Amino acid sequence: MNADNSRKLIVLAAIWIVLLLAPYWMAPLGGYTALATRVLVLGLAAMSLNFLLGFTGVLSFGHAAWFGLGAYGAGLTLKYLALSTPLAILGGMLLGGLCGALLGTLIVRRRGVYFAMVTIAFGQVFYYVAFQWSSLTGGDDGLRGFARQPLDFGVFKLDILTNADTFYYFVLFCFALAVGAMGFILRSPFGRTMIAIRENERRSRFLGIPVERHIWIAFTLSCFFMGFAGALYALVNNFADPRGLHYSQSGDFVMMAVMGGMRSFWGPLLGAAVFVVLQDYLSSITVNWMSFVGLLFVLVVLFFPRGLLGFLQRSKA
Amino acid sequence: MNVLEINGVTKRFGNLVAVRDVSLNVAKGELCAIIGPNGAGKTTFFNLISGFFPPTSGTIIFDGNDITRLATHERVTRGMARTFQITEIFPELTVFENVRIAVEVADGYRLRPWINRTEAARVHKHVETTLKLVALDIKADRLVGELAHGDQRAAEIAMALALRPHLLLLDEPTAGMGDQETYQITQLIRRLHRDSQYSIVLIEHDMRVVFHLADRVCVLDQGRMLAQGTPQQIAANEAVQAAYLGSAA
Repeated sequence: MNADNSRKLIVLAAIWIVLLLAPYWMAPLGGYTALATRVLVLGLAAMSLNFLLGFTGVLSFGHAAWFGLGAYGAGLTLKYLALSTPLAILGGMLLGGLCGALLGTLIVRRRGVYFAMVTIAFGQVFYYVAFQWSSLTGGDDGLRGFARQPLDFGVFKLDILTNADTFYYFVLFCFALAVGAMGFILRSPFGRTMIAIRENERRSRFLGIPVERHIWIAFTLSCFFMGFAGALYALVNNFADPRGLHYSQSGDFVMMAVMGGMRSFWGPLLGAAVFVVLQDYLSSITVNWMSFVGLLFVLVVLFFPRGLLGFLQRSKA
Repeated sequence: MNVLEINGVTKRFGNLVAVRDVSLNVAKGELCAIIGPNGAGKTTFFNLISGFFPPTSGTIIFDGNDITRLATHERVTRGMARTFQITEIFPELTVFENVRIAVEVADGYRLRPWINRTEAARVHKHVETTLKLVALDIKADRLVGELAHGDQRAAEIAMALALRPHLLLLDEPTAGMGDQETYQITQLIRRLHRDSQYSIVLIEHDMRVVFHLADRVCVLDQGRMLAQGTPQQIAANEAVQAAYLGSAA
């Protein structure tokens, strides 16, 4: 039991060291810092989805909606409301999270395929709103004309706009906050009721857990995390794209989570890293890069049903 | 004082009347066994008590309060716990974790995003006491899904006990068990009843178990309450014999 705990601590330390040093080892390996930033943001999104999928056992196939709303929330805040990066993130998180919370009340009674279908449908509603409402969202062209702002701490300023490394560390800080919150919740009594619902809904009900209410809370939390990730994504690109709300984007997130390992906390980050790096590398060679990612996905699902990280853990044990 | 008072409960599914005007009182500390041929409506009756679905008519009073229309989890919160014919547990969690979830919910921590040391220690202790009661304390760190069938049943009972129920509903606790396991579970239920004074309603097919445990036996047949009485009275009842022989023929 104790050896198990210390091994977990070592793995955790290793993950954070790798993330902290990313700007230094990415370049020699042929990468660049902005790629690492993308991995972090999309990884956070995949982990937010997995908060619901892997730990409550509820598959949402429309989670890109909250991600995209987060991006628009951040962009619109910067463009029309306040020239402040923290407020932009807050705006994105609130837009994604509150819309998710509202929608959640309508869908928590559905299960399985029906839940997935309803989330796709509602996700597409938000996609078409963003697509059609050109005067506000820029329509098909996306939302432009905003940029992340330097962080002003009074005594000193952090230039996250032009310095890629500084921005990476800012994103890593945000990532750490969100991931820390997720980990904290999952270790709490509430987090354990989520796992209980995943494991056996009927038993959970007969232990006195109001299952629908707990799924709604987990769904809402997941939407807030998703909006947070989406807001960061808008800051990465200084741009918000309606395709960020599209169900194919939702599919990408599910793919990252499943490929990395949806039963593990860190799996989706690994999945996102593989996905983003492959996309970056292959898309410079062929326009059909998605076929290769798809092929890899099929292989992982066939041969490592617990995902890449699940496989690594299994072979170590 | 009655823990449970069921007055003229009927459940229809379309044209089928699964339970027809059944009444039953369970006194505090009593062990009441429900028997009956297959399809007699025993499990439907159990589902009505535990709130799987509401009855078509009739009322259910639990601890003096009308719970006829309450949702399942609200009945559980008021002190009603049940196990199932097919064991319902959290297979990928350890025995300890299975019971801990039950304890945390019972202690009102289910919505809490944190738990402090004193509370965690109290939960821990309660889990251990419960596991000792069903003799699973030595297997606390095993995954429930990997345990033998009898131990899984015991784990499910432990989860029910962890809720500190006023009434325990056991749906065929010895289903699918060999003689040895049946004996162990029977002894466990006997201890819970005799030593810990639990009020228990159970459905059971194994007559040895029923006659060994029950204070009172209720016979359901075709959705009706055919007879109630002590095990000796039921054994001597001609209508009961006819129902069983009839269904066997």
